[in-house]
Amino acid sequence: MAALKHLLDFEGWRRSEVESLLETARLMEEVLERPMKKVPALKGFTIATVFFEPSTRTKTSFELAAKRMSADVVSFAVSGSSLSKGESYKDTLLTLQAMVLDAYVIRSPVAGMAHQAAGWLRGSVINAGDGRRAHPTQALLDAYTLLDELSQLEGKKIAIVGDIAHSRVARSNAELLPLLGADVWAAGPVGLLPEVLKGARLTSNLAEALSDADAVMVLRLQKERMQDGSLPSIREYISEYQITAERMNLARPGALLLHPGPMNRDLELAGTLAEGSHSRVERQVRAGEAVRMAVLYHLLVGRAA
Amino acid sequence: MSLLIKNALLVDGAGEHGRGDVLINNGKIASLSGGEAATTIDGSGFVLTPALFDPHSHLRSPGQEVKEDLRSGLLAAAKGGYAAVVAMPNTEPAIQRPEDVRGLYQQASRLDGARLLLAAALTEEQQGRRLTPAGLLRQAGAVLLSDDGRSNDDAGVLARGLLYAAAASLTVAVHAEDTSLRGEGLMNDGALSAQLGIPGNPAEAEAARIARDLEVLRWAVRKAAPLGHQVRLYVQHVSSKRGAELIEMAHADKLPVYAEVTPHHLTLTAENWRSFDPVFKVAPPLREPEDVDALLRALESGVISSIGSDHAPHTRAEKERDLQNAPFGIPNIEVAFPLLFSELVDKRGFPLAKLIARMSDGPREALGMKEIRLRVGEVADLMLFDPGASRSVDPATFLSKARYSPWQGWRLKGWPLLTLLAGKEVWRDAALA
Ligand SMILES: [Zn+2]
Repeated sequence: MAALKHLLDFEGWRRSEVESLLETARLMEEVLERPMKKVPALKGFTIATVFFEPSTRTKTSFELAAKRMSADVVSFAVSGSSLSKGESYKDTLLTLQAMVLDAYVIRSPVAGMAHQAAGWLRGSVINAGDGRRAHPTQALLDAYTLLDELSQLEGKKIAIVGDIAHSRVARSNAELLPLLGADVWAAGPVGLLPEVLKGARLTSNLAEALSDADAVMVLRLQKERMQDGSLPSIREYISEYQITAERMNLARPGALLLHPGPMNRDLELAGTLAEGSHSRVERQVRAGEAVRMAVLYHLLVGRAA
Repeated sequence: MSLLIKNALLVDGAGEHGRGDVLINNGKIASLSGGEAATTIDGSGFVLTPALFDPHSHLRSPGQEVKEDLRSGLLAAAKGGYAAVVAMPNTEPAIQRPEDVRGLYQQASRLDGARLLLAAALTEEQQGRRLTPAGLLRQAGAVLLSDDGRSNDDAGVLARGLLYAAAASLTVAVHAEDTSLRGEGLMNDGALSAQLGIPGNPAEAEAARIARDLEVLRWAVRKAAPLGHQVRLYVQHVSSKRGAELIEMAHADKLPVYAEVTPHHLTLTAENWRSFDPVFKVAPPLREPEDVDALLRALESGVISSIGSDHAPHTRAEKERDLQNAPFGIPNIEVAFPLLFSELVDKRGFPLAKLIARMSDGPREALGMKEIRLRVGEVADLMLFDPGASRSVDPATFLSKARYSPWQGWRLKGWPLLTLLAGKEVWRDAALA
């Protein structure tokens, strides 16, 4: 496998590369099961988290992943307001680079930021979410969680439900899961569906997407969709698209239920489902740490032995 | 001062006229067949044309001189082969009072480079509500009224603005995009914007607004005609196939509408957004190849009669922000001609005389001015360019303050060697001996 320098999205990735990464994640998860949850794999490396929008969960997950492998971690919160009006983001990042960093975990509310940073910086860039565009480590942890129980994704039907148009989670999963052979469906109200979602079949008919699904991935519904007019009524959304126990019955028995968090209980998901037998939400969180350890390891050291 | 340009190929908006020896005396063309001159330039292998006229440029003065100022903007224009530039009024503050116009002309009179012409705001602060005094602005020397940078959302205000402008013999230029359909759109709305997860600005936002503005124009023509006033609407930077179709339909209806296209909408597409580089961020956005083809056809047929640069400089730092926080706009005034000569004339066989017509006659006509021809007695606003030698676009050599370019590294022919404004050299390239 050619050494990958950045993780920006899955464009140009091959199945074997994804599988190798997930294999490393499995080794990393073994580390997490030990009493002493630390290995020296990244000793001497310095990793920066650069967050242009706040996200405690993702940031914590990356930082913990880096620390478990003995890397040094520095964090920068670069809120829009802390940057003056004419300030160059490139200059801001080059100032950080002067501190001699090996990798940058970048989160931004705007699509393309991680790509731009990769063009400016010498080190590895890991996209921790850019606008509506991509959230590759989320998709990797979703794939990891699914593979954990389905053993393989070939021919498996995965339904992504909710605000597809504005979701980086949907975009990255639609890119990644078909690479592993999955049949991806994306369902939501017509105003929240994009014109195309490469890798997925789009439908506003929830039942069609859920029917015989092996897994259901529920997206977080942003309340601002009410303000920008793309969603006329929360009440109507709940009535037509909320994932309930009854609707889960349309999927295969024992179908897995995933959610990237944080969850709006009783909005996109009936409250009781999160703790029910379908739910793998907690599993996703631990998978996230293992996957992020694997990503950092792959980008900084290379393929696992 | 007299100047003789010998043996250059003569081309103007009317056609190609073979080789000639053009004598310039007292700011005018004195002869096309030689004569005595203080200075002689050997024009062999070069093409002499009327200088270009830019109806749409953002020179950022007053208030945004960090992006561009009159000095840098007018020099850059002259280097690009332009003898005159119409500067847009979306400055800080907006150019909207007669004294603003007079003050800027006074500043420009001390500067080298192309001649400054000013567009003034159609409405106060370009807010689209209260009209500015068209008659007084015209007296002060404004040549156009426009709220460019913004769209005129209030149709009634635009309608009355067209009437008052017509009474003052001024054209009104509009940035036609429906604000609510455009929404937060950054790039062309379509399959690619959906794939990249970048908010889309649909071609329908432009078409819807052009369609509405044409009905507003129809109303203004009906009101102004009995009074003998000539209404003129100028639709800036048409970017879509549908936009061009609507203009064509309006021409069939004899509506007095003039349409403009920019160098970037003719040479770049939404595909460029795959780079996530804000240098491609412009409004209206870069469209699809089929739009580019339709714009080229419209340019050739005359449906689009004018090429405006929409030169929109920003600082490099501003363009090194993320796609949302970087400002809209592409600087291009120094490369517009070589770009279009190379991409349209050289590669696609677009007639050179027509390109000159669209970059000189068309914009003048839209503003109610007469065209410039290569004939004895005509003012010597001229450009000499080299159709043969190719050179890479190198933003480091720009005279504009905006030293970056979406065409960086493109190899182009047709670089202007000499630009004359009423016989006076305002640009001479080092390559010209
Ligand atoms: Zn405009």
